[in-house]
Amino acid sequence: MSTDTSQQQDFYAAPGDTSQGRVFTVTGQDWDSITQNIGDAAEERVVVNMGPQHPSTHGVLRLILELEGETVTEARCGVGYLHTGIEKNMEYRSWVQGVTFCTRMDYLSPFFNEATYVLGVERLLDIEDDVPEKAQVMRVLLMELNRISSHLVAIATGGMEIGALTVMTIGFRERELVLDLFELITGLRMNHGFIRPGGVAQDLPPGALDEIRDFIALMKKRLPEYAALCNANPIFRGRLDGVGHLDLAGCLALGMTGPVLRSTGYAWDLRKTQPYSGYEDYDFEVQTWDTCDAYGRFRIRLNEMWESLKIVEQAVDRLAGLEGAPVMVGDKKIAWPSQLAIGSDGMGNSLDHIRHIMGESMEALIHHFKLVTEGFRVPAGQAYVPIESPRGELGAHVVSDGGTRPFRAHFRDPSFTNLQATSVMSEGGMVADVIVAIASIDPVMGGVDR
Amino acid sequence: MGLEEKLPSGVLLTTVEGVAGYMRKASFWPATFGLACCAIEMMTTGGPKYDLARFGMEVFRASPRQADLMIVAGRVSQKMAPVLRQIYDQMPEPKWVLAMGVCASSGGMFNNYAVVQGVDHVVPVDMYLPGCPPRPEMLIDAILKLHDQVQATKLGANRRTEIAELETAALRALPTSEMKGLLR
Amino acid sequence: MTDETTDSKNTGKSDDKTDANESARPAEERNLEAAKEKTGTGSGVEQPAPEQSPENVPAPTGEVRSVGERRGMFGVSGTPDTSGYGGLVSATVLPAPTQKPYGGWFDEVAGALEARLEATDLMSAIESVVVHRGEITFHVRREDMPFVAQMLRDDEALRFEFCSGVSGVHYPDDSGRELHAVYHFTSMTHNRRIRVEVTAPDSDPHVPSLVSIYPTLDWHERETYDMFGLIFDGHPALTRVLMPDDWPGHPQRKDYPLGGIPVEYKGGSIPPPDQRRSYN
Repeated sequence: MSTDTSQQQDFYAAPGDTSQGRVFTVTGQDWDSITQNIGDAAEERVVVNMGPQHPSTHGVLRLILELEGETVTEARCGVGYLHTGIEKNMEYRSWVQGVTFCTRMDYLSPFFNEATYVLGVERLLDIEDDVPEKAQVMRVLLMELNRISSHLVAIATGGMEIGALTVMTIGFRERELVLDLFELITGLRMNHGFIRPGGVAQDLPPGALDEIRDFIALMKKRLPEYAALCNANPIFRGRLDGVGHLDLAGCLALGMTGPVLRSTGYAWDLRKTQPYSGYEDYDFEVQTWDTCDAYGRFRIRLNEMWESLKIVEQAVDRLAGLEGAPVMVGDKKIAWPSQLAIGSDGMGNSLDHIRHIMGESMEALIHHFKLVTEGFRVPAGQAYVPIESPRGELGAHVVSDGGTRPFRAHFRDPSFTNLQATSVMSEGGMVADVIVAIASIDPVMGGVDR
Repeated sequence: MGLEEKLPSGVLLTTVEGVAGYMRKASFWPATFGLACCAIEMMTTGGPKYDLARFGMEVFRASPRQADLMIVAGRVSQKMAPVLRQIYDQMPEPKWVLAMGVCASSGGMFNNYAVVQGVDHVVPVDMYLPGCPPRPEMLIDAILKLHDQVQATKLGANRRTEIAELETAALRALPTSEMKGLLR
Repeated sequence: MTDETTDSKNTGKSDDKTDANESARPAEERNLEAAKEKTGTGSGVEQPAPEQSPENVPAPTGEVRSVGERRGMFGVSGTPDTSGYGGLVSATVLPAPTQKPYGGWFDEVAGALEARLEATDLMSAIESVVVHRGEITFHVRREDMPFVAQMLRDDEALRFEFCSGVSGVHYPDDSGRELHAVYHFTSMTHNRRIRVEVTAPDSDPHVPSLVSIYPTLDWHERETYDMFGLIFDGHPALTRVLMPDDWPGHPQRKDYPLGGIPVEYKGGSIPPPDQRRSYN
């Protein structure tokens, strides 16, 4: 609590003069004074600043809008309020530690961040064909579950922003089910450092497959609720139809990918066109819509959740036949040395492994130590393996100079590119449509700013 | 006096401070300051499974003018720090700040040029909550501990003496970096 | 036979092999010449020895450039290093340029691009082509990049409509070519992906902007400018996008410190990540 309860001056209340004109901060109960001050400048343009702290802007996004009544004449995005320097931080950590950093970028789809980075590293290591099948299937399983949870948040927050609060509560209710599955498999609800170069961190715990099957059955009953609430809802359609229109030429010019591109009718999905991690073996459809507007994107996200459920089902069937298969590449120079297990004080190296390295083999101890502290070396070169994240094409440009640390890891984030369309989608429309248009792009500011 | 004997047992006459503290904590409105991953966990805490509404806190006020508590959820970048301070200044007294997550408490895993190493560089913090991100149950635990703090806050002249006491105690306290020998 | 290490599977303690890289080419030449001397006498027809016959000799690659140097083995400096590896100096060498044929559809793309460049007498635009791990990279001169980008987008055989973005990389020891801008292009029509790399020296960090050809690069170029100081000439509004507008310096350059603070807790103080003792 602040220690000074006496007269507090509001430093932001008085209108300020800047090089671009007068700046007003609306502080409440001051409408008269503001209109008076604006009065003489009424013919000039009025620029309204929305954000970066605002409940309806999907995170810390700053919108600078030039308004004429309710119509937006110019809209600009101010980003960078969540810039964390993750890419530079990764240059000071080993290749495996890089996973824990990149997973926190686009925080609604952590597995996708990890996967694209790890696929790039595996390409440089030239072990793409050696990643065990079980690891591939687990990656697909986790990524598709993540796609479901990410689309749920997109729909939930989008609904909240237009006032459909029930959509938010049921969206988060379903998301809890997915997070429970993540916690069961990886140990964490969010920001798991699970997909590692060479495979995944550990095997599925016993009983996981049954849990996932229960989840699939439950979701099949719950997903129609969203359709029932929204698809034909006149208010929903009124808010979303025709809003955020961006046709195919516009999408291609602006480099849009993901549901925005697919809402124009063009079925571009990297899981089908440039499959990775075994996606070519799964049976699913690419969802498109042909109205190029926010409603189309909403319907695509709903349908993609159904398709993801299909893929999860197929993955679970495949995993049932892969009991006891390895989840990490066989090359001992790259694989994480220890098998993790839950002990009395949490998760750590399994006792068998500790007995082996401490009691039985000095070489194993040295090997473990070198791999964990120094890490493996990745041959020099660069790789770019993009994947289809819930928001579009997510790719990690990984550059190695032959060392144990990434020389450069740059992430091409879909939200960063897709947000460039804000101006195109909003200008000429109403202020309220700006919110809906941005919600239909579904940007996650962690990915935008990294 | 005579009244207490006539009331059924268990009903105590509380002081005004107790009542005021109780009312403040029972309807403790947070300001939306969700930044990154912790914001999502904050949203799920307000969701159906971990219900913040049972503590009277489900209404996240968008306007800081109507909020009591600012939950700084997520990493605060250098660009965002002035905004954070502005929102804090726009909140009316009494106000509390809860630093949710390690990034808000101390910069977290991002010890670099872009992240403010703890929001206590910018605003005074009443409760630090570690975690990356903290589970909703952990957030509720922190909020309940903060509730106890709020319940115990004094009013008026008592508050002024309390503040003075806290300040002298804090100025005299041994800084954590000076505490020796505790890591062994 | 001296072997090329660009594709090696070794991930462990083989820094000494990269040493050999420096002397690889001269040794190879020496071997070839020695072989020629051995077999070239006696008859008018020069027959190379079996080991040196065309199928067995690895294709002579272009000159390998060292983009940096790694000294020592364990990240130790200043303290006496008893391992003996402290004096190790190994060059950082990126994958060497490849000669034709590149294999698969790479030749089609390269051929179409070269045809276009030949038509306008710009063959020198492509400095080198590297095929590594199944990905092709064209190193293009920065002045010619807009023309190359236009051809990549418009030519029927190329049709790279989608540009993923610009990624900046800073090689401080690659003198004269410190700043690299890496573009990834995808052809949705032909379902292909290529990479184009452009370099600029630190002393003149200018690269022509491609926003007029690929509008999607707007923010990407701003980010590369923000993080590396690479100025894209012709960009409509080249300002900082991630850092505050008045931030000094360009954070992701290698000469910019990570910027952390020491972590102090109960008597212990741990320096920030870029100043700690590192094991790698």
